[in-house]
Amino acid sequence: MMHHHLILRVVTKMLVGTIILFAFYVQFHGDFSPGGGFQAGVIMAVAFILYGIVFGLNKAEEVFPPWLVHKLAAFGVLVYAGTGVVSLLLGYNFLDYNAFNPGHPSHGQHWGIFAVELGVGITVTGVMVAIYYAFAGRPPPINDEDW
Amino acid sequence: MVETIINIILFTMLVLTALAIVRIDSLFAAVMLSGVFSLLSALLFVTLDAVDVAFTEAAVGAGISTVLMLMTIALTSRTQKKATRSGMVPFVVVAVTGGALFYGTLDMPNLGDPNAPAQLHVAPEYLAGSIKDIDVPNVVTSVLASYRGYDTLGETAVVFTAGIGVLLLLSGLGRRRRKDEEGDA
Repeated sequence: MMHHHLILRVVTKMLVGTIILFAFYVQFHGDFSPGGGFQAGVIMAVAFILYGIVFGLNKAEEVFPPWLVHKLAAFGVLVYAGTGVVSLLLGYNFLDYNAFNPGHPSHGQHWGIFAVELGVGITVTGVMVAIYYAFAGRPPPINDEDW
Repeated sequence: MVETIINIILFTMLVLTALAIVRIDSLFAAVMLSGVFSLLSALLFVTLDAVDVAFTEAAVGAGISTVLMLMTIALTSRTQKKATRSGMVPFVVVAVTGGALFYGTLDMPNLGDPNAPAQLHVAPEYLAGSIKDIDVPNVVTSVLASYRGYDTLGETAVVFTAGIGVLLLLSGLGRRRRKDEEGDA
């Protein structure tokens, strides 16, 4: 698939790392600048989707196997809900992040927001890549040259 | 003043893009134009100082949706079929619905009105508490992840459920398994 697009392949190789780095920045800097788990998850997924579009679905599935993608989509929800369960077990309300540092509630809030945003990011990445795999896995009726 | 001019320009381009999407026959062009539409909406959100929403619109609306739509037309067809029936009934339905929506906006508070009900309910408490209780400068994050954490949990579950739904419809796991079993037998 697309063995002839040399410039696309070189540029993609250079961009994928940067896109992933930017996704991490958006994920973990969401407290201070625009962004958060939803946006970071989409940007992270875009890195793998771009890789898949240029190098073919098989290469992308080698890097990020479908079984892992599916499990990550569920794991993110588990992280989010688990954060709430942990705060329940510590004797606070569900998703009351003050539980994580009762002596300094705003630090507890930071930990809680960090955890749930991570859960959101993981789920969104998993779901977006899974949807891409589901679409790209179908046989394409249009040839590469027809575009 | 400058903001008004920018808004007028952006809205004009938005309407032109929407009309072009309706008129054009090539689905490939329609998908690219819908990406342009999303980018223009993202710019409008920026002028409203809603940068988080603009970010999401640019990443999801202009980015992922466009890719998914392109992959959908790769699986189906690149030009739309000619309409066989007259467009009169749909036009009336759209006109009536649009008129009702316009009528509904007459009761709504003005854009950015500080005394609008939405600004007076819990928003002042969140704005004041965000720095004091949570110590996070981006109020959007503190509302989304902490004050409204329960809602966001639901949202994450919705994203997950949507993904599962698409997988069930498209992945063909069932078909593949059946084929494997036939192969074994």
